[in-house]
Amino acid sequence: MRHLLAIEQLSRPEIEAILDRAESFAEVGRRDIKKVPTLRGRTVVSLFYESSTRTSSSFELAAKRLSADLVSVKAAGSSVDKGESLKDTVATLTAYDPAAIVIRHPSAGAAQMVAEWGEAAVVNAGDGKHEHPSQALLDLFTLRRRLDSLEGKRIWIVGDVLHSRVARSNLVAFQAMGAEVTVCGPPALIPRGIEQLGCEVSYSLERLGEADVVYALRLQKERMRESFVPSLREYAARFQIDSRRLGPRQLLMHPGPVNRGVELSGEAIDSPQSLIAEQVASGLVVRMAILYELLAAGGERPAPGERDRERQPTPIGQPA
Amino acid sequence: MSLAEALDMRPGEGADLVLGGATALDPAAGIEGVHDVVVRGGRVVELAAPGSAAADGAERVEAEGLHAFPAFFDPHVHLRVPGQEHKEDIETGSRAAAAGGYCGVIAMANTEPPVSTPADVEALREAAREGASVAVGFLATVTRGMAGEELTEMAELREAGALGFSDDGLPLVSARVLRRALQYQRLCGGTIALHEEDPELSGDGVMHEGPVSAALGLAGIPSVSESTAIARDAALAGYEDGRIHVQHLSAAESVAAVRVAKEAGVRISCEASPHHLCLTDEAVRSLDPRRFKMNPPLRAEADREALIEGLRDGTIDCIATDHAPHATEEKEVPFEQAALGVTGLETAFAALHTDLVLPGVLDLSLAVEKLGGGAAPFGLERPSLAPGSEANIALCDLGAEWTVGEEGYESRSQNSWCAGRTLTGRVLMTVAAGRVAYRLRSFSLGVAA
Repeated sequence: MRHLLAIEQLSRPEIEAILDRAESFAEVGRRDIKKVPTLRGRTVVSLFYESSTRTSSSFELAAKRLSADLVSVKAAGSSVDKGESLKDTVATLTAYDPAAIVIRHPSAGAAQMVAEWGEAAVVNAGDGKHEHPSQALLDLFTLRRRLDSLEGKRIWIVGDVLHSRVARSNLVAFQAMGAEVTVCGPPALIPRGIEQLGCEVSYSLERLGEADVVYALRLQKERMRESFVPSLREYAARFQIDSRRLGPRQLLMHPGPVNRGVELSGEAIDSPQSLIAEQVASGLVVRMAILYELLAAGGERPAPGERDRERQPTPIGQPA
Repeated sequence: MSLAEALDMRPGEGADLVLGGATALDPAAGIEGVHDVVVRGGRVVELAAPGSAAADGAERVEAEGLHAFPAFFDPHVHLRVPGQEHKEDIETGSRAAAAGGYCGVIAMANTEPPVSTPADVEALREAAREGASVAVGFLATVTRGMAGEELTEMAELREAGALGFSDDGLPLVSARVLRRALQYQRLCGGTIALHEEDPELSGDGVMHEGPVSAALGLAGIPSVSESTAIARDAALAGYEDGRIHVQHLSAAESVAAVRVAKEAGVRISCEASPHHLCLTDEAVRSLDPRRFKMNPPLRAEADREALIEGLRDGTIDCIATDHAPHATEEKEVPFEQAALGVTGLETAFAALHTDLVLPGVLDLSLAVEKLGGGAAPFGLERPSLAPGSEANIALCDLGAEWTVGEEGYESRSQNSWCAGRTLTGRVLMTVAAGRVAYRLRSFSLGVAA
């Protein structure tokens, strides 16, 4: 694995290798000294064009736990504010010879472009509404600790699927691990044609009882101004996961940050079925595992010449 | 009117040529056979038996095994003058046209500033007389500054030589404004070419709405954003007995809407682009905006098939490239932020030949007919090989393979939707409005005394 751009590009064994690696970092996390020397002397750039708390802090801490040098760039207050293009920003940061660039960007495909431009391993920390693969991996890790296997399990993804990169990555990831996925929400927030990704579509929570796992998504409050939903009140009445709808044996997940009282009720968040706090804890070890798999696994590093050849971007123009 | 009379280009000598033993194919004129195509003083004078025509002072081109078609006519290109000469200008854009086998093009008016005054039109025509390799016609905008609100001085623009009107790049959102333009058209003529899109439905979309946009998380542009606008505007044109031309059809529903309007007797014509005929939204999975981001977007396979059917049954009158050059830095950004449009003049014939004719989807004769079909909707004479016609000829080698972009482009921009592809079929020589407009550098010509 050279980059982590999209769950879609990972095989099941590759996913499992990351989860197994995360398990070993979880063990390290229980020690007094939580730092390992794996990436000493190597640089990780964290480049965030969108605000983020969980993802940026856990990637940055993950890099530090692996003893990497960290350069953290937030778009606000940087040269990006002065109109610098993504290509030029990446070229500038490339001068530090980073081993990896972790990038979040508001546009789909941004991480892929960065991967084509440079030498560094690129981690997609969210590209537009496209993918958020590290979130999907940490969700798989969290679930694997509760359920031995996802084979045949039913997972409902509920809420604003249209605007959610988490929904897209998780839909692919859950299915890759053998789960059956249903996406559920008001019709305007379910992308047309999504059933061709292999999931079922439901516009009501009536059959929610069949789910082993309920994965709720954040509803941005501005969606009602755009007429995706008539009101937050009506949305909550029909789609909020609350203690009445959530069964005792169902697990509840959410990528955060939660709109308490909109997509989830307060009791549901704090219920014993909720894995939300565990998801956050998993974020650190899974992101350590991702950086490790990209930068340190696989034993022999390719010789420089070989690496150059390998990293030649496909010339634009060659049919993919 | 012939292209030389109606449009503008750099002056030059009328060609004297004999294309010896060429396979002449002009379906609209019922010409198909091996001939010596004889051109004197810029006119086709004879289709002689092969080997029979004396050069008689003319240049003799050994054309056995090559095809001579009526040169193509593109009613929809963006030459970017004035204001965006870093993308294209009349000289580079018309050279690209000539290299693609085109004898004439119609330039859109969505420049910076838009072509909205008689002086704008006159300046462009003057520039074309100085630097255009092929015949160029210019549209003026329907509304002042393309703001969609007030009509331009359509009658004076026509007197200045505007071939017709279009706010292409943007739809005419107001039905009232289009209705007024159609009423005014009775006074001044000039086909109104329409970019059909309901922005309420297309919103912030960047690609076709469907399973691929769902998978990529890109905002979708539904097919109905185009077809509902066409249905509305066809109804208005019918009501006012106006003449409209629908640009760049992309969706099956749009073909159906035009078909219904034609059956109802509306004076409507329409075009489809090579990229919509050859590609689908599956190409967007690469997230490469340079080749695959344009408006209207690449749509689904069923849409592509409906466009091809529309060519066959006559619903679609012509093939137009919507040649839209953009600078590299406007395309070297993530998909959602990239500029809309691809170049197409240099590759239109070769791409259609490779993707549709060779696999047997489209007859060669139908492709040739539709590549020349863009003149009539704007009141121009269709390029023809018939003796007596102004010489407009594309000489092609249907077996030649070439890689797009390998030797650069005639266009100033490189955002070709075919970039990097190997295509089969190449234009070797173009005669435009009686003048030799292009010769492929590696194509050696036999010169006779």
